[in-house]
Amino acid sequence: MLQPAKVKRTNDFAFKLANVNGTGSASANGLIMQAIFRMGIPVSGKNLFPSNIQGLPTWYEVRVNQDGYTARTPDFDLMVAMNAETYAADVREVVSGGYILYDSTWPLDKSLERDDVTFLGVPLAKMCTEVFAESRERILMKNIVYVGVLVALLSIDMDVVVKILDEKFKGKAALRESNHKAIKLGYDYAVDNFQCPLPLHLSKLAELKDSILIDGNTATALGCLYAGATVAAWYPITPATSVMDAFKQLCAKFRRDAETGKNLYCIVQAEDELAAIGMVIGASWNGARSFTSTAGPGISLMGELIGLAYYAEIPVVLVDVQRTGPSTGMPTRTQQGDILACAYASHGDTKHILLFPSNPAECFHFAVKSFDLAERFQTPVFMLTDLDIGMNDWVVPRLEWDDTYKPDRGPVLTHVELEKMEKFFRYSPENDDGVAARTLPGVHAKGAFFTRGSGHNKLGGYTEIPDEYQEVMDRLARKHKKAAKAVPPPVIRLQEGATIGLVSLGGCDGAMREAVDVLRSEGIVVDYMRICAFPFDDSVDAFINAHSKNFVVEQNRDAQLRNLLITETSVSKDRLDSILVYGGFPLSSRHVVTGVKKKLEA
Amino acid sequence: MASIKRPAVAHPSLARNAIGLIVRDYEGAMSTLCAGCGHDSVTAAIVRAFYELAIPPHMIAKLSGIGCSSKTPTYFVSGAHGFNSAHGRMPAIATGANAANRALTYIGISGDGDSLSIGLGQLCHAIRRNLNMLYVIENNGVYGLTKGQFSASTDLGSKSKRGEPNQQPPIDPVLLGLSLGASFIARSFSGDKTQLVPILKAALRHKGFALVDVISPCVTFNDHVGSTKSYLHTRKHRLEVVQADFVPKEREIAAEYAPGTTTTVTMHDGSVVRFTKVAEDFDPTDRRAVQAYVQSSQEKGEIPTGLLFLDESPGDMHDTSGTVDAPLSALPFEQLCPGGAALERFQNAYR
Repeated sequence: MLQPAKVKRTNDFAFKLANVNGTGSASANGLIMQAIFRMGIPVSGKNLFPSNIQGLPTWYEVRVNQDGYTARTPDFDLMVAMNAETYAADVREVVSGGYILYDSTWPLDKSLERDDVTFLGVPLAKMCTEVFAESRERILMKNIVYVGVLVALLSIDMDVVVKILDEKFKGKAALRESNHKAIKLGYDYAVDNFQCPLPLHLSKLAELKDSILIDGNTATALGCLYAGATVAAWYPITPATSVMDAFKQLCAKFRRDAETGKNLYCIVQAEDELAAIGMVIGASWNGARSFTSTAGPGISLMGELIGLAYYAEIPVVLVDVQRTGPSTGMPTRTQQGDILACAYASHGDTKHILLFPSNPAECFHFAVKSFDLAERFQTPVFMLTDLDIGMNDWVVPRLEWDDTYKPDRGPVLTHVELEKMEKFFRYSPENDDGVAARTLPGVHAKGAFFTRGSGHNKLGGYTEIPDEYQEVMDRLARKHKKAAKAVPPPVIRLQEGATIGLVSLGGCDGAMREAVDVLRSEGIVVDYMRICAFPFDDSVDAFINAHSKNFVVEQNRDAQLRNLLITETSVSKDRLDSILVYGGFPLSSRHVVTGVKKKLEA
Repeated sequence: MASIKRPAVAHPSLARNAIGLIVRDYEGAMSTLCAGCGHDSVTAAIVRAFYELAIPPHMIAKLSGIGCSSKTPTYFVSGAHGFNSAHGRMPAIATGANAANRALTYIGISGDGDSLSIGLGQLCHAIRRNLNMLYVIENNGVYGLTKGQFSASTDLGSKSKRGEPNQQPPIDPVLLGLSLGASFIARSFSGDKTQLVPILKAALRHKGFALVDVISPCVTFNDHVGSTKSYLHTRKHRLEVVQADFVPKEREIAAEYAPGTTTTVTMHDGSVVRFTKVAEDFDPTDRRAVQAYVQSSQEKGEIPTGLLFLDESPGDMHDTSGTVDAPLSALPFEQLCPGGAALERFQNAYR
């Protein structure tokens, strides 16, 4: 359990910044994150933002923990309360013994005072009005002033902060000067008026040299770049938009033809998701590595053509950055609600390959893997991340690239091979994976065939004959089963004496690993399996069968992973119980710990 | 399209095109459409156009959606790569295919249901991107495969087979294309191969989106008295406002201007389209004038046909996105992957 904040706590606390969106707070909060990261302290930042451009409340939560537990915590030791609208709720949210930093330009409403927390008033607006002339600058710099206050209160390394500002405003002297001035303003005020640092503060550690601070969407885009994707089609949607924004920037940087200056890529902003997936299918059919990025509503719209790609056996990569559904739901909140919708996307019998990265580093590696799997098995592959992974900055190990990597293009017939063939049939003969070689348009006259989403036999011809139709459908099922050995296996952590199994996936991992340790410290020893992909490997069945009780922890109402396990493994459903958290915020270890304890007591 | 089974061996006296192929090499499977279907005549014109342009069959990508019209790619150029996709989604598939490999010749076959209802959005956006393809709408004003419902191109008052009049105004692909900035717009009639073949050839050579609306009567569900998409009605009200002659660059373009020739347009590859006006004051290079002409002509109950508008100046999708000349699908992986050292350096910005 957390100790009261009055007690000295170094490199282990959480604070929350309550802002108004559109006021420039995001860059100030990012600055704090980056500075803490550069001090070598594991840190996470969760941006809880509204589906709005300007004027609504927005929060930024920072957790520092030198043991590396950086999943979201709902316990805040310090609140930077910059939004009068949410003030009352923000004050209530601080743990007993904690601190509230507020703008004391205006007097505090007495009814909001608490006697178990310390109020730290800084006349931010007044200070900014005195120092800065422009009204927009006053608004923006207020954020930087509170950063200065926090530098003093939490003993954030000032040199590091200054260096980041210098890097950021290189060549923009006026901006740099304003920022320096604002930081110092806040810092000096805090030192003059408060006892600095607070009992909860930071202390520099050895630099996290082998880590980076990156969001999942950027890492995903990097993966697509490194996998050699040349065609991307998409329709703007939160929280997936920044995948394509990043891909566009990366391509502009790394994909210009040296001689002509022309683009070695083509990114199409489609008219809707129906078209986006169609374009990806067209490009993949023609032999380009191609992908789309979207969120749940986009998956719903793409359903029809996902079935076409599945049945016609065209490799497709879809990145689904999940948000809270159903319908429009809460577009700026996170969830794992698309598992079943993706596993069986489209009408008729379809079954797809899903990958579940747990952090930005895995987004990079799994993105590359997605293309290999899609081409090897000639089928759609879904990489399911979520808003928390995709849009928040995470500290992850530096990404590494193996220069000996060769893309797995799956069976594709070359000109030479076709030349030697008597006759080519699209869906025969099949290899050990249940996959038949394909041809690419324009390669050879003998490679021409008719791709169709209508009933076809194993030779690729149109059919309405039951046996011929079933033969192809059965092979598709076989092919999906074969993929279980090719997808990333589950990550399993066993502990001596454990009788309970915890099962989870994706972005829950940070909270799960912390929960496993917290439970152990409270005498409950559990094993933990993180599922990384569907179809499930036999090791998934084995883990579940080795425990009489398994709790499947996931972020959706209907226990989608549990249901998929019941349907797609041999395990008895009695072995699987659920712990479900689906309000839209990233998972906390506390949810898991209390969830497990409650279940065990019941 | 072959309407009869042919002998396996071609007679040596058969004419061959520039790459040594005979017409039959551009034919496809036997048509399964109704006897007398307008679409089969369109197919025959497409076969002719490809044969005359001497395009290698395997360098052709033929795509379609769903519907009677969308079945027709099976009936021409069996050596081409075919893609029978989903209803109304062919433009997106063609866009992606073209993005990946710009070296192929793209032909999409659609119908009025496929293009003007379920696929209207995709058609509009393919036009806006000036996607380099020939897009044929086999327009019969009716849903044939589902047996006779009105389509979005059915004219006001046109009667169904059961005698009910259509009460919603039609979407006219020609006016649609004109307003959206399409760079090549034609309307023809399945019964007029003389007009259709040169239009198709010019359309295939056009760099950009070539929209060819072909009135193609449905003999089973929409060829009765009271229908405005019947053979009889079309023949009676069709007005050829301009004749387009396609002169490939391979042919000597000597000064053989026919009398009445008013405009020639040189295509990207050096071919020439020579327009012969039939209607006075018609200029196929003036978008606004064509729009006004087509509108007023249709108000009079006429069906203006011909290569109605042509503009070779706008760039296609690849020009606007600055893509390399080589097909993206042919780029070697080494040229696409920045490598480990670059990744190492890149990540310094994420510290």
